[in-house]
Amino acid sequence: MKRVYAKEDVCIGCRLCEIACVVEHSESKNAIRTYKTEVPRPVARNVVEERGPLTFSVNCRHCDEPLCVAVCIAGAMVKDEESGVVRHNEEKCVGCWSCVMICPYGVIKMKPAAKKVSKCDLCNGRTMPACVQACPNRAIVYEER
Amino acid sequence: MLYYDQNKNYRDFEVLRDENKCIQCQVCVRQCSYEVHTYDEKHDEVTADQTKCVGCHRCEAFCPTDALKIRKNQSEFRDNALWTPQYLKNIYKQADTGGVLLTGMGNSYPYPVYWDKMLLDASQVTNPSIDPLREPMELRTYLGAKPDAVEVHGGNGHPRLDTSFAPQIPIEYPILFSAMSYGSINLNIHVGLARAAEEMGTLYNTGEGGLHPTLYQYGKNTIVQCASGRFGVHTDYLNAGVAVEIKIGQGAKPGIGGHLPGEKIGPEISLTRMIPEGTDALSPAPHHDIYSIEDLRQLIYALKEATDYKKLVFVKIAAVHNSAAIASGMVRAGADVISLDGFRGGTGAAPTMIRDNVGVPIELALASVDERLRQEGIRNRASLVVAGGIRCSADVVKAIALGADAVYIATAALIAVGCTVCQRCYTGKCPWGIATNDPYLAKRINPEIAHEKLANLIRGWGHEIQEMLGGMGLNALESLRGNREKLRGVGLNETELNILGIKHAGA
Amino acid sequence: MEHVIIGNGAAAIGAVEGIREIDKASPVTIVSAEPYRAYGRPLIANLLSGKIVEADIYYRADDFYEARGVKLLLGEKAARIDVEKKRVVLESGKAVSFGRLLIATGGIPFIPPIKGGEGSSIYTFTTLDDAKNLEALPGKVERVVVIGGGLIGLKAAESLHDRGIKVTVVELADRILSSAFDREAGDIVEKRLKEIGIEIVLENSVKEIVRAKGRIKAVILNNGEQYECGAVVIAIGVIPNKAIVEGTGIMTNRGILADGNMQTSVPGIYAAGDVAEAPDLLLGQKRVAPIWPNAYLQGRYAGLNMAGAKKPYRGGVAMNSIEFYGIPTVSMGISNPPDEGYVVRAVYEPKKNLYRKIVLKGHRLVGAVLVGQIQRAGVLTGLMTGRTNVESFEEELLNGEFGFASMPPDVRKKILAENR
Ligand SMILES: Cc1cc2nc3c(=O)[nH]c(=O)nc-3n(C[C@H](O)[C@H](O)[C@H](O)COP(=O)(O)OP(=O)(O)OC[C@H]3O[C@@H](n4cnc5c(N)ncnc54)[C@H](O)[C@@H]3O)c2cc1C
Ligand code: SF4
Ligand code: SF4
Ligand code: SF4
Repeated sequence: MKRVYAKEDVCIGCRLCEIACVVEHSESKNAIRTYKTEVPRPVARNVVEERGPLTFSVNCRHCDEPLCVAVCIAGAMVKDEESGVVRHNEEKCVGCWSCVMICPYGVIKMKPAAKKVSKCDLCNGRTMPACVQACPNRAIVYEER
Repeated sequence: MLYYDQNKNYRDFEVLRDENKCIQCQVCVRQCSYEVHTYDEKHDEVTADQTKCVGCHRCEAFCPTDALKIRKNQSEFRDNALWTPQYLKNIYKQADTGGVLLTGMGNSYPYPVYWDKMLLDASQVTNPSIDPLREPMELRTYLGAKPDAVEVHGGNGHPRLDTSFAPQIPIEYPILFSAMSYGSINLNIHVGLARAAEEMGTLYNTGEGGLHPTLYQYGKNTIVQCASGRFGVHTDYLNAGVAVEIKIGQGAKPGIGGHLPGEKIGPEISLTRMIPEGTDALSPAPHHDIYSIEDLRQLIYALKEATDYKKLVFVKIAAVHNSAAIASGMVRAGADVISLDGFRGGTGAAPTMIRDNVGVPIELALASVDERLRQEGIRNRASLVVAGGIRCSADVVKAIALGADAVYIATAALIAVGCTVCQRCYTGKCPWGIATNDPYLAKRINPEIAHEKLANLIRGWGHEIQEMLGGMGLNALESLRGNREKLRGVGLNETELNILGIKHAGA
Repeated sequence: MEHVIIGNGAAAIGAVEGIREIDKASPVTIVSAEPYRAYGRPLIANLLSGKIVEADIYYRADDFYEARGVKLLLGEKAARIDVEKKRVVLESGKAVSFGRLLIATGGIPFIPPIKGGEGSSIYTFTTLDDAKNLEALPGKVERVVVIGGGLIGLKAAESLHDRGIKVTVVELADRILSSAFDREAGDIVEKRLKEIGIEIVLENSVKEIVRAKGRIKAVILNNGEQYECGAVVIAIGVIPNKAIVEGTGIMTNRGILADGNMQTSVPGIYAAGDVAEAPDLLLGQKRVAPIWPNAYLQGRYAGLNMAGAKKPYRGGVAMNSIEFYGIPTVSMGISNPPDEGYVVRAVYEPKKNLYRKIVLKGHRLVGAVLVGQIQRAGVLTGLMTGRTNVESFEEELLNGEFGFASMPPDVRKKILAENR
């Protein structure tokens, strides 16, 4: 399946990917409204790592054998057999953080106040995930590998 | 602002943030390498120190909500045609520092732009125009010395060439990427330039910083440069490309050497330039082994020897008052290609006074060099490549009509990958990731994207050149070369028309 | 080939999913003593505390069994296994034949003999029914004593506290969470629980449960102290529920011994989950690791192998994630190493409720304890299960912001290049 990969050599650390992710998962889908009015604001579902000049995004790999699904005690993590997308159902999530403990890419975001996690859903069928489209330097690509 | 020298507050730009649109995402904070924007966590607010803004527009271009505008400072001094704000600010600056004013890119003064005072011809009724979409249109150019005459034998439709030719470089477009050294710009751009040159069948020029090992693979599209500092010059380097260019001078700073400060000499650059890490890379103003045309001839032939007479030797000079005579000497000294760099040519760093006050417009220099070589009957012995402020395909076409074989572009190439000509290349902090080797900034150029954009630029200009040629009823660039009949001047005086060798429009 | 599974917990669900990945057709039968569809066992705590309702506890879709062609025998307890005839005899007298059998009977709470321990108001806390029973307490009893300060005991304590009951936890060791966590982590959690109002008594145990007219009045501890209470929850550990294999010849130790394919000593019979004693990735030997991830994954690999996939399981790693009133904690691998052969490094900031410990052996990460800051803990888990040599960035592992950027480029790029 197509997955989201990052290229650290050309990631410029602008974090527009995060903004795109937040807006895509907002109610209004409008950047200004999302940031100014939505409480709580959605969290970005990718992780941009930074260290000195090094920056890159880490995104959910929608694993073939997703450990997050294996460990979820609430059935909130599900791998969609057809699309391969590993989805998270916030309604069911109880915030036990088991998935946070096991995801080898560290891409499950905690929302401590809500006791829920948030993770990449590949923008639910969007042809091009928001983060990939927003990246100004093609440092995030969506492709088959 | 508090604690600043008062005259620093006469800033050039205003950073206007629309608070209704700003979402405090801090993209601008991360993008501005001049640290104009800062995020105040306590108040969840992004603020700007406008005195530091160089007007590069990076933040504006990246702001996801269109909240930023960069404007010229609205604050005005009392009108004075002589003491314009620019002079005042320069004097304040120098009074503060006692230093030389530095700048980047090319001459920015409003000297006449002769490209804009020349118009092209087109066919009507008496000679048909040609549609390049339907009919072949030849842009290929061969760079290199042509023989004085060719001898053929045979005939009956099977002529054979007896004359042997000096090496020639075919280029598919009359547009080359001009010299920009690795050091002044970064490897990512070099990769982009090299790949674009390869894709489009043209050449790029290493500049004086040597050739990074990863770029040897683009040899057939490479001109290697040998400048006064002789950085990175060794046998393999000289033989890596299809030509060697001896750089005598540069349009942006004729008569001036170069200086890449030691902080910019990191491991890769040190390796490529063959100088120790952290040492200043000083390019002397002259080549210390060239004090005459005869000395130049020695270097030209030393390089030809070193490259087994397989590579062309270009000689690059800045366009100065007596370029025509110098060019004649260069051809006689054995140069295969004359590179002529006008006073609008860009640079990574130059003293402002030099950049803005020395040199000759390329249009005039080109016309006089071409004319002089023709008069002397040696125009065929070298190709002529001109540089310095070529902005569009029409400029290219006009240059060819004035007698150039091809043009060099550098500033236009950098603009293609994002440069906004903020002229602060010398700071090494280029927010667009171009004139910088800071690893955090250099990443901003993705070689893949740079390659595409640069190739697109050449492609686009190529289409336009074909259109213009077709409009004039020409089906090959060769037919336009030196064809000044296709040009007419507007608003030019007799002297200018004479030098350009063109008639006034209407005539 | 008929697949039969005894038990209906995480291991069983993993097995069904594993079997059906390979074999869409063969009949699958589940024998479940509990009368419920599979539910998230750990969620009984959330249910008891009132954070979720019963409908939320079932963690697979309503049509999970039908959609996969699984015959579900609810409320049926398997009595014995006839290895010769390849069938499972149920307590109801019915029998189910199998081609391949999975024993996934989980664990049962260990209940020590205590004076006064017979009779009403003594609870355990491992099943949905336990939670339902305990749900009757609020309003009826004011105080409860929980025996055992491990994960399950503390969850019970927390849940009851949330329902307005005053709770006292009695722990024999000199700290709570002694098996999965270490002293520092235990101290932070203890402090937090006390702040919330849960009473904790260490180095002590219940000697006697005092009753009046059959009803619990108090407990007397070893040191003679008396604690009033109306009910007692016993949570001093679960033991593998392996009674069913007695006399079958299937080899056991603490649990039912299973090999890398999750197969027992009898070919065609598999074991997985809390009942199994299977290879541990880090210890290089078998052990019982009664945690959900192991149960599910062992079940899944048992299923895959039962269906003929020949996919050995690399072995699990002990790991727990649990949050106590806003303080998230994670322990993984060998969290309490013996002194010899291990290198332990830690950062401990009790005032900020922060603690981060890593355990190394031969430059491999083999254990960690995180308190307060657990985001991206999985990256550590990945290093641990990937047996990555961490020598060049050992120091970095202690940083709460640890991530791929903290690793040298070759290590980082290798991990990020892999899909899993
Ligand atoms: C309160 C609590 C909290 C927990 N929290 C966590 C946690 O946060 N993280 C974590 O990793 N783990 C946790 N665990 C442990 C985790 O729940 C278990 O590891 C997991 O449920 C084991 O799954 P299993 O399939 O092996 O066994 P079980 O879920 O125990 O399932 C076994 C099933 O088999 C049935 N059975 C037994 N014998 C027979 C028989 N003879 N015939 C028919 N059926 C039979 C039982 O009734 C039971 O339904 C917790 C456990 C409890 C009790
Ligand atoms: S969240 Fe992690 S474990 Fe789950 S699918 Fe994504 S990358 Fe894999
Ligand atoms: S935090 Fe939510 S999604 Fe993650 S394992 Fe726990 S219940 Fe499942
Ligand atoms: S220097 Fe460039 S990036 Fe910085 S504020 Fe000015 S325009 Fe924006």
